[in-house]
Amino acid sequence: MAAGPAYGEEKGGSSSLGEPEYGHDPASGGIFAADYKRHDDLKEMLDSNKDSLKLEAMKRIVAMIARGKNASDLFPAVVKNVACKNIEVKKLVYVYLVRYAEEQQDLALLSISTFQRGLKDPNQLIRASALRVLSSIRVPIIVPIMMLAIKEAASDMSPYVRKTAAHAIPKLYSLDSDQKDQLIEVIEKLLADKTTLVAGSVVMAFEEVCPERIDLIHKNYRKLCNLLIDVEEWGQVVIINMLTRYARTQFLSPNQNESLLEESTEKAFYGSEEDDTKDAKAEAAPLAKRKPYVMDPDHRLLLRNTKPLLQSRNAAVVMAVAQLYFHLAPKAEVGVIAKALVRLLRSHSEVQYVVLQNVATMSIKRRGMFEPYLKSFYIRSTDPTQIKILKLEVLTNLANETNISTILREFQTYIRSMDKDFVAATIQAIGRCATNIGKVRDTCLNGLVQLLSNRDELVVAESVVVIKKLLQMQPAQHSEIIKHMAKLTDNIQVPMARASILWLIGEYCEHVPKIAPDVLRKMAKSFTNEEDIVKLQVINLAAKLYLTNSKQSKLLTQYVLNLAKYDQNYDIRDRARFIRQLIVPTEKSGALNKYAKKLFLAQKPAPILESSFKDRDHFQLGSLSHLLNTKAVGYQELPDWPDEAPDPSVRNVEVPEWTKCTSREKRKEKVEKPFYSDSDGESGPTESADSEPESGSEESGSSSSSSSSSSGSEEEEEEEEEGSGEQSEDKEEEEEEKRPKRKEKEGSWQAAPGSAGSPSEEEEDEERAKKAKKKVALQGKKGCAETSEEEASGFESSSSGSDSGSEAEATQRKAPPSSRAVPKEISLLDLDDFTPPTPQPISSSSVISTSLVTDLEGLTLIDTSLAPTLLSPGFGAVRTYELLHRMAGEGLSVEYCFSRRPFPGDQHMVAVQIQISNNTDTEVKSLRVSEPKPLSGMRIQEFPEIEYLAPGETASVVMGIDFCDSTQAANFQLCTHTRHFYVSIQPPVGELMAPVFMSENEFRKEQGKLTGMSEITEKLMLSEKYRSDHAIVQQVTSAANVGRVPCGADNEYRFAAKTVTSGSLVLITLEQREGAAAQLTINSEKMVIGTMLVKDIIQALTQ
Amino acid sequence: QDYFGVCSEVMIKDNVVVVYEVLEEMLDNGFPLATESNILKELIKPPTILRTVVNTITGSTNVGDQLPTGQLSVVPWRRTGVKYTNNEAYFDVIEEIDAIIDKSGSTITAEIQGVIDACVKLTGMPDLTLSFMNPRLLDDVSFHPCVRFKRWESERILSFIPPDGNFRLLSYHVSAQNLVAIPVYVKHNISFRDSSSLGRFEITVGPKQTMGKTVEGVMVTSQMPKGVLNMTLTPSQGTHTFDPVTKLLSWDVGKINPQKLPSLKGTVSLQAGTSKPDENPTINLQFKIQQLAISGLKVNRLDMYGEKYKPFKGIKYMTKAGKFQVRT
Repeated sequence: MAAGPAYGEEKGGSSSLGEPEYGHDPASGGIFAADYKRHDDLKEMLDSNKDSLKLEAMKRIVAMIARGKNASDLFPAVVKNVACKNIEVKKLVYVYLVRYAEEQQDLALLSISTFQRGLKDPNQLIRASALRVLSSIRVPIIVPIMMLAIKEAASDMSPYVRKTAAHAIPKLYSLDSDQKDQLIEVIEKLLADKTTLVAGSVVMAFEEVCPERIDLIHKNYRKLCNLLIDVEEWGQVVIINMLTRYARTQFLSPNQNESLLEESTEKAFYGSEEDDTKDAKAEAAPLAKRKPYVMDPDHRLLLRNTKPLLQSRNAAVVMAVAQLYFHLAPKAEVGVIAKALVRLLRSHSEVQYVVLQNVATMSIKRRGMFEPYLKSFYIRSTDPTQIKILKLEVLTNLANETNISTILREFQTYIRSMDKDFVAATIQAIGRCATNIGKVRDTCLNGLVQLLSNRDELVVAESVVVIKKLLQMQPAQHSEIIKHMAKLTDNIQVPMARASILWLIGEYCEHVPKIAPDVLRKMAKSFTNEEDIVKLQVINLAAKLYLTNSKQSKLLTQYVLNLAKYDQNYDIRDRARFIRQLIVPTEKSGALNKYAKKLFLAQKPAPILESSFKDRDHFQLGSLSHLLNTKAVGYQELPDWPDEAPDPSVRNVEVPEWTKCTSREKRKEKVEKPFYSDSDGESGPTESADSEPESGSEESGSSSSSSSSSSGSEEEEEEEEEGSGEQSEDKEEEEEEKRPKRKEKEGSWQAAPGSAGSPSEEEEDEERAKKAKKKVALQGKKGCAETSEEEASGFESSSSGSDSGSEAEATQRKAPPSSRAVPKEISLLDLDDFTPPTPQPISSSSVISTSLVTDLEGLTLIDTSLAPTLLSPGFGAVRTYELLHRMAGEGLSVEYCFSRRPFPGDQHMVAVQIQISNNTDTEVKSLRVSEPKPLSGMRIQEFPEIEYLAPGETASVVMGIDFCDSTQAANFQLCTHTRHFYVSIQPPVGELMAPVFMSENEFRKEQGKLTGMSEITEKLMLSEKYRSDHAIVQQVTSAANVGRVPCGADNEYRFAAKTVTSGSLVLITLEQREGAAAQLTINSEKMVIGTMLVKDIIQALTQ
Repeated sequence: QDYFGVCSEVMIKDNVVVVYEVLEEMLDNGFPLATESNILKELIKPPTILRTVVNTITGSTNVGDQLPTGQLSVVPWRRTGVKYTNNEAYFDVIEEIDAIIDKSGSTITAEIQGVIDACVKLTGMPDLTLSFMNPRLLDDVSFHPCVRFKRWESERILSFIPPDGNFRLLSYHVSAQNLVAIPVYVKHNISFRDSSSLGRFEITVGPKQTMGKTVEGVMVTSQMPKGVLNMTLTPSQGTHTFDPVTKLLSWDVGKINPQKLPSLKGTVSLQAGTSKPDENPTINLQFKIQQLAISGLKVNRLDMYGEKYKPFKGIKYMTKAGKFQVRT
């Protein structure tokens, strides 16, 4: 029993400490001499009917136990009190019982009846503690009673008691493993429990008792995944570890197929409301049909649900999730754990040690993951040595051609450390870097040679060993170094280093023909005083010299061999004898003699310096075995990925009454079905028949009136989830309140022209497009036009980037006719007028759409919050400029606008979004930019060629232009397959900058620097319309791409930006005076920009 | 720690019984059972003098006889029925700078480790939201379980039902990739000569990028090489000690006055006969800056829902040196 040892430790610890202090303790002081009398005293107290006396006695007894003294003769007296009413006395009696019951089994039985009564107590706390103690008493006779109690408790009303029952299972199992079958039944029952409290404990019991019964998990897998985030921390750890194993047996390896990377877009869902993701998933799943291989949605579910746990405060949880990702996630996604692990490096050194061990292993396999965090692994002089060495290991693993110079510089500092073990490790690390990265090999070697003149012997010895290894790779060029090292033999005393030098000289004696025999001579002189390892190398050297240069060294060799013959060490004697036979030709020597030279001077492969963590990855990360690098007791190998995916339908849940997860799960299943039957064709008819009727009804329910189904599920939630129902409902309500607001925001986001700023956004767009399409399709069938959807899809089609453009077109093409006509002509500006859809009489579809909107909202907000654009919250309208009128362009009309996003690839460029529509009735081919004629310094990054634009279609692309902070127009040609158009883009001054974020203080400080010439002040009268806060901010941010700076004063507004090319600051202050008067101040190094900006802003505010 | 203040040997010995009781609740068969201190406190009430007195008179116990509802409710970290006459919520934003500064004074690596510690004494079940002026700074965060993660993901607002009393709401990490302002600099001139057994030693500490705040509680420690016998130093301010056994030099500077920079000058006497140490000691620095969060994080507002009364709110910023090393 594990509790036993735990208490035992406690006892042992305090007893040894407490021993000398008997006198101070009231429990044992004074009465120590008369041992049995004291017990009489205690017995009397226990027998009294005063609770306080009993309590006092029990406290003394527990104190005795803690000291490690035997209190077992009090057993009868104590057991009597098990029925005591006072809870504290009772608890202490329990403590006592757990400690001594095994010794006095017969007497312990007396207490059993009390426990049995306790198990029926109305107070759940008492029921639980009775069960806990009962199961902790290791008396074999009561096994049946325990079994009964556990079974009963497993169906107790209180989750706390059920949890205790789960805890009792492994205890009973360890007492009597024959009960396994019955216990598994209980576990199965408890696994079906859906309170978070129980989940952790029962999985723990499962791991203890029957980890091989993976089939028990199937039905509960999804539930566990979904509950995971609400389970208490320690439970999370156990569950995550179990799920890792489960996933390894049930899913295919995500890394075997590259096409899978596409799927990774799905992970963006995890942030949004659960219900929504479920909906979205349900919709997205049929799409999957087209893909050749897709990760099992359940696999994805696991990854998605564990990811937020990376932000847990509990290091164990983070570590568990990290190992789960490492073992289960596709390569592209493993990176997310790096940040969390680096964060853990700040905690206690014990945690650091474990984390670094794991990081070291991971960094071998996935080097890229930790590269951005290289500096976090730099070593501080206050770190303990083992942490230093681990960090060094990680640094070495991370070294590559690009960062090697910084790492080596860092290593140079380490070499001068006072901690000599660490210095030695650093030298080895340098050696490893040198072997891994050919480029720096010479630099490293030179550095190491310099170290040879170090005063510290250990350092020198270590360098010699490393140099030896390095030289072995390319001996020819380095005879100088060898000579230098030969000289060192006089000084170096460390045997390992001496041996290394000798070996080196012997091996490459041809490169240093003069010195080698001399070294041998010296060594022969001191032979008897050398260490064994050196002696062996001396013999070796002698043999080699004899073979290459027998004239000079014959006698010396004979001498050395003779000395060795009478050495005390048999190893050396043997070696000498063996070598003599080999090299010295005698009449008896056989054929071997001829090959002696080949034997000794064979080409030896260079050693491979590799990490000691190389072979550790076969242990599960985060396990004890991994830490020790040996198999620990009870370690279970992490199973390999299966070749064939086991039948995924086993995870389907039959019981329909589970709400939240299951009903939605159902819907998901139904969509999954076709996919699976497509791909492996083994989802048997039974399963599909099994779930068909339900899913059918679900489908009709969901599509016809999903509002009712969602409210229905809410109700059910209340019934089902005793505790959490309330809160989730609250959330739901909150959610409901937020929706309109969110929608507004959504609208404004859409207004920001969605040129696909970064790849991820493109993905997002794509995803949105897909979903929007689905939505439209869904509604199309119903035939009810749904404004928000159309707008959304319209937005997609008009604004998504080059990649998603085609996707969006596809969306349009596939959209059913009812909604087709509307979105086509919606331009970005129209979206400004976006208003929430008017409530529809049948709210069925609008509920879906709101949830979709919120879903999208979740996605977009995450994204935009990272982009600086968020800082200018007010900018609504984005002006569109005409590049080519449809008349001039013979039907081809081109418009452009400034998307105000950083241009991917070059941050000095302004991103210009170009929208090309083909109004002709013939198709336009190979649309591209050609012959840009930029003014000096100006650069243009063309958009990728549009191969084909059908009549009536619109394409949208992004190009980057570096305007060099001037408002000069950029001229270029726009070519089609037939025509060339000369066009030019002239940026308004406000677009030449990007917002910067700064605090009020920073703003003041910067403003202080930019006075005098750089300051421009102008008075103005605010126009009627623009006197409110909001309007002013909006006008300014729409006139120029600036970010608002917080400001203490009410009537002052501050904005800051940086010019895109040179990055010089532009600071704007607007002070509102009495009435409409106001004063505008602009501080900027670029006076031209400043003046122009003043004009623009004044114009914007006075119109 | 919540029970006894400091976890010391004496403390454990004095409270053996309580420790037993607590452990009993925390672990079952070696598996963690309940580790949330709020729940434990309800199960077993921490010993206070008042309670001891009351207990001895009335004979009542300090073991709660009710199962804490928190254990079963959705907010396991908060006990029910909390009552205060003064409702207050204080938040401390504490940031620690971990940095390595190299010989020439340039920053090799610097990161900020921040925490928001809260002391919430509010009646009932308040639902708090905390919003930041610049939530973008927080990209690597770990939360107390009470924080609603989804709300943070979508709106960058901390929404939570706080535990009662002191707790760490979140901790964050501003990593080495971002630029970190280093508020102090150290000028040093430490040299040992091969010929003589004396070395020169000079350190000056000065403020840099402190945003106008005073640097307080400055403490310089340095582990001298083994060969150092003794040091004769005169500080311009504060006190210094050198322990010849552990070779640890510490200099308690106190406040830095930008007009008169504190310095420590003197000579180092080395053991005769030993060669000069081949490395200069690293200097560890400690300091505190009140009312400043060096990363620039600012709390925007704190709102409370779910309860009627108006709580007293307070927020404090502080920047400290974490592992702040200057290589010489």
